[in-house]
Amino acid sequence: MLATALVSGLSLGSIYGLIALGFTLTFSVSGTVNFAQGSSVMLGAVICHALAVSLHWPMLAAVPVALFACAVWGLIVERIAVRPFVVRGTNSWLMATVALGIVLDNVAMVFFGKEPRALPSSLADDPWVIGKVGIFPLQVLIPVVGLGLAWLVHLGMVRTGLGLKLRAAVDNPDAARLMSIDVTRLVALTYAAAALLAGIGGILIAPLYNVAYDMGTLFGIKAFAVAILGGLTNPWGVVIAGLAYGLVEACATTWLGSSSTQIVTFTAVIAALALAPSGLFGSRSKARV
Amino acid sequence: MPSKLTRRQALAIPAGLALGGLIGRPAFAAEPVKIGLVAALSGQSAKSGEGITRGLTIAIDEINAKGGVLGGRMLELVRRDDESNPAKGQTAARELIDKEGCAILFGGIDSPVSQAIVPLVNQAQVPFMGVWAAATNITRNGANPNYAFRVSAVDVLVDRALIKHAMTSFSSKTPGLMLVNNGWGESNLGGLTAAAGAAGIKLAGAEKFEDKDVDMTPQLQRLRDAGADAVILVGNAAPGAQVVKSLQKSAWAVPVISHWGISGGRFPELAGSWASKVHFVQTYSFFGTQNDVGKRVLAALMAKYPDIKGPGDVTPPVGVANAYDAMQLTALALTKAGSSEGPKLREGFLAIDGYQGLIKNYTKPFTDENHDALNENDYVMVRYNGDQIEPITG
Repeated sequence: MLATALVSGLSLGSIYGLIALGFTLTFSVSGTVNFAQGSSVMLGAVICHALAVSLHWPMLAAVPVALFACAVWGLIVERIAVRPFVVRGTNSWLMATVALGIVLDNVAMVFFGKEPRALPSSLADDPWVIGKVGIFPLQVLIPVVGLGLAWLVHLGMVRTGLGLKLRAAVDNPDAARLMSIDVTRLVALTYAAAALLAGIGGILIAPLYNVAYDMGTLFGIKAFAVAILGGLTNPWGVVIAGLAYGLVEACATTWLGSSSTQIVTFTAVIAALALAPSGLFGSRSKARV
Repeated sequence: MPSKLTRRQALAIPAGLALGGLIGRPAFAAEPVKIGLVAALSGQSAKSGEGITRGLTIAIDEINAKGGVLGGRMLELVRRDDESNPAKGQTAARELIDKEGCAILFGGIDSPVSQAIVPLVNQAQVPFMGVWAAATNITRNGANPNYAFRVSAVDVLVDRALIKHAMTSFSSKTPGLMLVNNGWGESNLGGLTAAAGAAGIKLAGAEKFEDKDVDMTPQLQRLRDAGADAVILVGNAAPGAQVVKSLQKSAWAVPVISHWGISGGRFPELAGSWASKVHFVQTYSFFGTQNDVGKRVLAALMAKYPDIKGPGDVTPPVGVANAYDAMQLTALALTKAGSSEGPKLREGFLAIDGYQGLIKNYTKPFTDENHDALNENDYVMVRYNGDQIEPITG
């Protein structure tokens, strides 16, 4: 049973971590998060389904177009639901991003329909079997992609000029502006990247799950819990928290039954935050008075 | 040259038109009898709502073509989408009773929705006709008088049929249960436990899943470790497909025998290549030799719905067949009652002597003690072949 729980938990946990990385990106740079992140998960999967299944595009063409659409969606969220409120110094972007996500879900419902659909993949059809444990190749690919992307985000932040600008914007936005760094554009870019990461998560999970207009809601909520648990500003912390969350979820279902899953996982999140209020891997902020 | 209207003329013309409209409305006598339907018309079980709609429509067309009911009143179907949500179902039922004045409400696939509506109809004294949801307590609800009737399976009887099929077709001695975590799952947990006990076998275990669960392998692994030699599934299409996908993922080729909820959505598409391995229960199959009613209904379906080219395209057959027979029985009850008032219509149902229907020849289908027109002799085991539902032979 342990092996089954590990396989199930790691693949789901990687998805949570991947989506949560988006929260980390935007929060690190702008101090804001996109609560429509779950809708970006759905958008990636729905557009990929529309192109690959309904229009019979090859997957290699459908995936980049779907991800491009997610990135554009991220830019729209930042421009409409975040920037106007940040400029005015209010926290109304909290509600605005939630609302925009609901709008997108409902638009998807109109065009995609309310019925869940399948996104077939050869990677989720023929499992590899070791003893009593079976695993789809896609379940191996998901953690690899999740960890790979976290590594890329890390490298991008520490090794590239863009990363340097981003870190400058994080450390001191005003000083960064004085150094001719376009902080506004950088924030928009992180929103696009966050939505793109969520879109990748949606496309990866769709063959194992279903594609539906409301599929992002639960993933968005769990990913936010993971982001908080990992420490909102620590990409590696968020990825590890995602894996831990997935494992706790799978173990709770395995040993206590599905009725206990949400009780156990969210209680564990609360307990962990009570012990480490800034998240398991977050840095405590210091305020000088 | 047109002359100007005087103020008196201006008032008199619309008043006269309105009065004329009232006098010239022969129709008070021919006011339609509204038939309400509260069912899942969207979401993962949308196909169930479509099937029920088609069955009702074919029956209503037939009845109206023969002059309607109660001296020429036409039947009119009024549909509301409950989105598989009990609260939305209750709101829709209230609207259909209070605002639309429906003579009877038909229910859909979701037992929790029907369970939420039944107390309402008993209070409002408007008959309710279940044509899919199978929870035992929908009709056996303890109310007196009881306004809930059903032309559909009853969990407690389906559960016996599922256990029997597991034993006879797969020689199962320790089946495990995978149940949706809601009132319908609870209803079947009791029924399947009792049925297994009565058959002298032991259950390997009972696992629950949520409608939105992504991965069911942990629950299935528990059943596997407990020695389950078959899985009995109770759930709707999307979560049912997740169960099958999780089985496929685990490469556990155990027989799966399912209640009929999986036929209410896109199960073959969602479950993928293992969908055809699942045996499940229906009350009717349009395959094989049909009685006269079967031939007539199939012809009408093919004439009215271009996507139906043969018996395999009538999906889900259970929704179509149950709804058709239930509507015909309702027309008979209206005739017996001589009125569309709730209490009289209820008595009308109890007064039906017999009816040659699509599913069977009904004899005294409803009595004071029994509001379920179908029983375990009316079930047929089927499976998917592609998108089509075929009976299991041999």
